[in-house]
Amino acid sequence: MTGKDAAIREEELQAYVDGRVTGERLVEIEAHLAQHPDVRERVALERRQREALRGQLEGKFAEPIPPRLWIANIRGARRRRWGWRLGAAAAALLLFAGGVGTGWMAAHRIDTAAAHATPATTTVAENASAAYRVFVAEIAHPVEVDARHEAHLLQWLSRRLGKPLVAPDLAPFGYRLMGGRLLPSGNGAAAQLMYDDPTGKRLTVYVRAAEGSETAFRFQHEGETSTFAWIDQGFGFAVTGALSRDELLPIAEAVYHGLGGGQAGAKKD
Amino acid sequence: MAEIAALLEQQIPALRRYAYALLRDHERADDLVQDTLERALSRWALRRPDGDLRAWLFAIQRNLYISRWRQNRRRGAPVAMDEDALPGSPARQETTLEVHDVLAALDQLPEEQKSLLLLVGVEDFSYDEAARILGMPIGTVMSRLSRARQRLRSIVETGRTTLLRRVK
Repeated sequence: MTGKDAAIREEELQAYVDGRVTGERLVEIEAHLAQHPDVRERVALERRQREALRGQLEGKFAEPIPPRLWIANIRGARRRRWGWRLGAAAAALLLFAGGVGTGWMAAHRIDTAAAHATPATTTVAENASAAYRVFVAEIAHPVEVDARHEAHLLQWLSRRLGKPLVAPDLAPFGYRLMGGRLLPSGNGAAAQLMYDDPTGKRLTVYVRAAEGSETAFRFQHEGETSTFAWIDQGFGFAVTGALSRDELLPIAEAVYHGLGGGQAGAKKD
Repeated sequence: MAEIAALLEQQIPALRRYAYALLRDHERADDLVQDTLERALSRWALRRPDGDLRAWLFAIQRNLYISRWRQNRRRGAPVAMDEDALPGSPARQETTLEVHDVLAALDQLPEEQKSLLLLVGVEDFSYDEAARILGMPIGTVMSRLSRARQRLRSIVETGRTTLLRRVK
C-alpha cells in the first residue's frame, strides 16, 4: 500500500473489467476494490454483463457458415456479375438528381442531329444503352436492389454518385420502379434504375458524372432501343427503352422535369 | 486464391456474430456479412499488407452497417426486456435479468457505444484497434467505454425495476 490505490483511474477499472490488467497493478486494484464496496459492486456488475453478452452471442459464433457466405460462392457470383459489367462496358442507370438547373430549360431543345451532339452526351447515351441491353434481358437479377428497398437504394446510389437522387415517378406512363444497380463508369460510378410496365416491358434511367455543357436532348436509336440523353450540371442522364422516339420522348421529359424540381408534375405517393 | 478464401473464412464466425448483435436479425445479419466479404474481395489488393486482417474486415463491416444498413434496421427488438425474463425462477431472477437482457439492452445504446462494447468486450480487440475500427481518437476510448458500460448498467437497472413491479 503506497497510496497508489487512491490514484486508480476509471480507465484502469475498465481495463480490469476486460481482464486486461496484470501483475502488480492488478493486486493494487483488487486491494482498492476490497476497500470500496460500492466500486467493487459496480465493477462486478459490469463484468457480469460483459460475460453475459459474450454468452448470449456464443451460439451465433458457433453456427456453421451458411453456403451463401462461402468465399467460393461469393467469388462465383462476383465473376458472373463482372462478366456482365465488362460486356456492358458501362451501364446505364437512371437516377435523378434533385434540383437540377432550371437554366437548362431555356436552352432545352430536341436535337437528333449527331453532328451537334457532344462526345459526352454520346458517351452517356451509349453507356446507358449498353447497360440497358445487358440488364433488361436479365431474368434472375435485373436489379441489384429492388424497389422494396427504395429508400436504401436511392441513398446508396446517391452516396456513390455524389449527388442526391430520387426515382422519377413514371406511373403516369404505366411504369413502376423495379429497383436499380450501381455500375462502373470510367473512373466513377453510374446508377441504373429499372422500371417495368404491367406487360413486363422495361425501361431504364441512367445517371453518371459527365463533363460538358450540352443541354439538348440527344436521341439515339439502336436496333429496337431508343435513348434520350442529356448533360446537366456535371451529370449525364439517359432514358432508354424499347420504344419509338415519340413514345419515349414524353417519358424522358417527365424524367427531366422530375429532376428539375418544383414546377413539374408533383409526385403523388 | 485458396489462401485468401481460407483467411477470410476464418473470420466469418466473428463477423456474423458482430452483424447479428447489430441487426438482431439472422437473415439480414448474413446479408451484411455477405456485403462485407464482397467488398473485402473487391478491395483485397488495396488492403495494407501489414495491416491486421480481422480489424480491416470489422472496419469494413461497421462502415457498411453505418452507411447502408442502419437506416433499414427493423424497428424494435424481437423480445421486450421485461417480458422475456418472466419465466425465470424467482431465486434466479437477478441473474436471469442481467444475463438474458444484455443483448436487448444493447439495442438502446447509440451505435458507437454498442459497437465499442462488442468489439472490446466480445471480439477482444485491443483498445487501439477498436478505436481505429470505429474511427475515434485513441485517447477517448476508455472514457467512452466507461460511459457505455454505465449506460448499460442503468438500462438493466431500469429493466429490473420494471420486472420487479410486474412480478409483484
